[in-house]
Amino acid sequence: MWVFDWLNAFPPLLVYLIIPLAPLAGSLVAGFGGWKLQEQAHWAPLTGVAVSFYLALAVLFQTLNGVDFYGNIYTWAVFGHLQVPIGFDVDSLTALMLVVVTFVSLCVHLYTIGYMHGDPGYARFFSYISLFTFSMIMLVMSNNFLQLFFGWEAVGLVSYLLIGFWFQRESANVAALKAFIVNRVGDFGFLIGIAAIYHYCGSLDYRTVFAMVPHLVGQTVEIIPGHPWNVLTWIALLLFIGAMGKSAQVPLHVWLPESMEGPTPISALIHAATMVTAGIFMVARMSPIYEQSATALTVILLIGSITALFMGLIGLVQNDIKRIIAYSTLSQLGYMTAALGASAFSAAIFHLMTHAFFKALLFLAAGSVIHAMANEQDIRKMGGLRKAMPITYITFLIGGLALSGIPPFAGFFSKDLIIEAVGISTLPGAGWAEFMLVAGAFVTALYTFRMFFMVFHGTPRMDPYTRDHLHESPWVITVPLIALAIPAVYAGWAYIGPVGLGHFLDSSLVIAPQFNTIGEIAAHWQGAGVFLVHGLEAWPFWLAVAGIVCAAYFYAWNTGLPEWLSRILSPAVWLLESKYGFDTFNNTVLVRGVVQFGRLFWHVGDEKLIDGLMVNGTAFGIGKLALSWRRVQTGYIYHYAFAMIIGLILFMTYFVIWKG
Amino acid sequence: MIITTILFYLFSAILLGSATAVITARNPVYASLFLVLAFFNAAALFILLGAEFLGLILILVYVGAVMVLFLFVVMMLDINLTRLKEGFLSYLPLGLAIAILGVLELAVVFWTSPLGHIPAPGPIPANADNTRALGVLLYTHYLYPFEIAAVILLVAIIAAIALTLRRRQGTKTQSIAAQMAVRAKDRISLVNLRGPEQ
Amino acid sequence: MMMGGQPTLAAYLILGAILFSIGVVGIFLNRKNVIILLMAIELLLLAVNINLVAFSRYLGNLEGQVFVFFILTVAAAEAAIGLAILVVYFRNRRSINVEDIDELRG
Repeated sequence: MWVFDWLNAFPPLLVYLIIPLAPLAGSLVAGFGGWKLQEQAHWAPLTGVAVSFYLALAVLFQTLNGVDFYGNIYTWAVFGHLQVPIGFDVDSLTALMLVVVTFVSLCVHLYTIGYMHGDPGYARFFSYISLFTFSMIMLVMSNNFLQLFFGWEAVGLVSYLLIGFWFQRESANVAALKAFIVNRVGDFGFLIGIAAIYHYCGSLDYRTVFAMVPHLVGQTVEIIPGHPWNVLTWIALLLFIGAMGKSAQVPLHVWLPESMEGPTPISALIHAATMVTAGIFMVARMSPIYEQSATALTVILLIGSITALFMGLIGLVQNDIKRIIAYSTLSQLGYMTAALGASAFSAAIFHLMTHAFFKALLFLAAGSVIHAMANEQDIRKMGGLRKAMPITYITFLIGGLALSGIPPFAGFFSKDLIIEAVGISTLPGAGWAEFMLVAGAFVTALYTFRMFFMVFHGTPRMDPYTRDHLHESPWVITVPLIALAIPAVYAGWAYIGPVGLGHFLDSSLVIAPQFNTIGEIAAHWQGAGVFLVHGLEAWPFWLAVAGIVCAAYFYAWNTGLPEWLSRILSPAVWLLESKYGFDTFNNTVLVRGVVQFGRLFWHVGDEKLIDGLMVNGTAFGIGKLALSWRRVQTGYIYHYAFAMIIGLILFMTYFVIWKG
Repeated sequence: MIITTILFYLFSAILLGSATAVITARNPVYASLFLVLAFFNAAALFILLGAEFLGLILILVYVGAVMVLFLFVVMMLDINLTRLKEGFLSYLPLGLAIAILGVLELAVVFWTSPLGHIPAPGPIPANADNTRALGVLLYTHYLYPFEIAAVILLVAIIAAIALTLRRRQGTKTQSIAAQMAVRAKDRISLVNLRGPEQ
Repeated sequence: MMMGGQPTLAAYLILGAILFSIGVVGIFLNRKNVIILLMAIELLLLAVNINLVAFSRYLGNLEGQVFVFFILTVAAAEAAIGLAILVVYFRNRRSINVEDIDELRG
């Protein structure tokens, strides 16, 4: 494209380098210069991310023309045979992720200017979100596992900083710790997976490892003697544990709803562009490994579908606007994971992309609502906001329709593609997975429009002062909303062909012939229009419409019905409100267990054994000994003389009797 | 040679008797006088063994110098003898036990080892000169230890003087250095008797 | 005991041992009186000297007497310094009772 032509004058490596380094530079400027820049701190990060976005677009067009890059730039460290380079793997998958990440990040940056205005941590916040973008770009562009792990951990670290951004609040600190610790659990599996890869392949470079994978097929390992395990299955599952942590799959999902303690722009960034998509991206990137293990794919498929349905159900009983969207994110991540399990990697990436747009849109719109409501997040205290906030209303509606999978919005195409791919899949359990995903479509529409109607329709339930001060948000907030609404509308039908059906991503993905669900769909592909018409006759669409109608009936017309229903279904509601007891289990069994264990070691091991017996015990014992032995030192000269004489006689006796 | 044996037992008996008297005497003066007697007998035994020089030295140095020193000290100090004798015998059993044990052990060693069966040497030649032989040895082979012994004595002299030296207050002494360093204006100072002007 | 009309070496050594034991008993008996303690030490040294002279005679080696000479020197120095300390101590304490000297008690 002509706007990128001038970049050809520069070496491509420079362009690739600037993509991650521009946000990093912005982050450093905002972070270290923030005390001086104050309210102007946003310029450096904003510029950095804008440059990144521009270059990402350029790279995307390059890859469209078939120009890829794979190579090392710098050797970071050498341990024996292990080289740790910093390198880039820029192909269509990376380019697409780069555009999504930088675009959403740019919108969030812009939006943050308005949203965080006047916050004492303004510069710090910009420093963090730019660092977040940098970390995600490094993760996406990596060409080896260690750099991937670096990005992976950096994303986790910055998410901790951002969720705990309002560190004066105890709940924010707890949520940040929870996110960090749960991610640690996943990262532990991920790290073991990387170690296993190094053990079996002798390298951490993507292409070297992928070239080795065919040689590992059928190889087994006996961790418990007598039980041979398939090496590739275990590597795949260990890596997926990492993805479960980052992409919040059951049972490592518990941190994601808590992450709502951070400022709203962070929720958008975490849920749409960075962090949670890392797991999906990683599995897609590792498709050569996953395609070799039907077991791993089945596990992924089932965990994804369970997450999709059951996390969506929790969304039905939440009242915090951000938490509802958070549970919808969990549910949609479940869809993506299920797509990965069905080997529909391109469909997963496609859904990731459309989801990034409409989920960022929903979050930012929710932020706009919260901003207008003076930081009130409970949807029971909202209502009737449609009149006061027309732009937010329209964009939220677009996001909601896209999320619910109503054609022709973006979500419809990606979600329908996933459900169709899972339906074709021949893996064991695919039937259950399809059922859960289809049911999920109804649930998604229901909770989305429950929230929509309770916020924007009906009678206002806020206090009079807030009602009088309702206002549409400033342009820095609405412009990103509009910018995100555009792809949320058109990205579905425009890109389902190239992205969703994988022609564009073909070079990055490896799909085994027996799992080729997308290929089967592509074989009967007659264009987006036919797909749309076909979708209108299918279950998911009608269930989504039913969900919207139900929501409209329950929450706009007959508002007494939900209460009656919740009384009748009180056990189910209780189950959902307790979130299936994951938190309770974690708190009572894991946390308390660890605390008890630690206390045991503290009291017995540290206090009694080390402090009491060894450290203080030695001192005390010597003191006691000295106290009794000092009596020997009478100070009388003749006692010393006696000691000498008696000693002499004893020596003499010894020599006479034993040596004599 | 029977006379030598008789003299040995005589001197030994007096030596042991006076040594016992040294440690049991009530009065330190008696103790030191008995010690003098013990040294005399030891000197006699030395001479019996042909070590005339050492025997004489023992009498001259010990009896003449060290024992006199002891007597001086004993008489100079006003010692409360009764307090010193309290519990005199309380450690006697222990001391005796240890002493008898030591003697028995040594005796066993002497009689069981070849040491006790070394034959007696022949009689000392009439022209033997013990003092000369010792002198030759001391001034040749043992010259350095001999010098060190001299230094030890010097140190002992200096230490004893330094320990006991004390300057009494109010004694009239002449300071030559102060006399030599004096100036005329130190001798006379003019005083205005009229006092300040009215 | 009579070998060649002379006392044996063992006789002299036994004499030294008995004299040494008397010195040891003296230390035990006169533990409070520093002057007699010093005298008992002189007895111990004398016992050693008798041994050395006897060895010197019976082994025909004059070096034993040289050592007696050195022991006498050191003993004289020791007696001089010991008495000097005693005098200083008495000047300060008006007593030479060893039981008053217990500054080193632990």
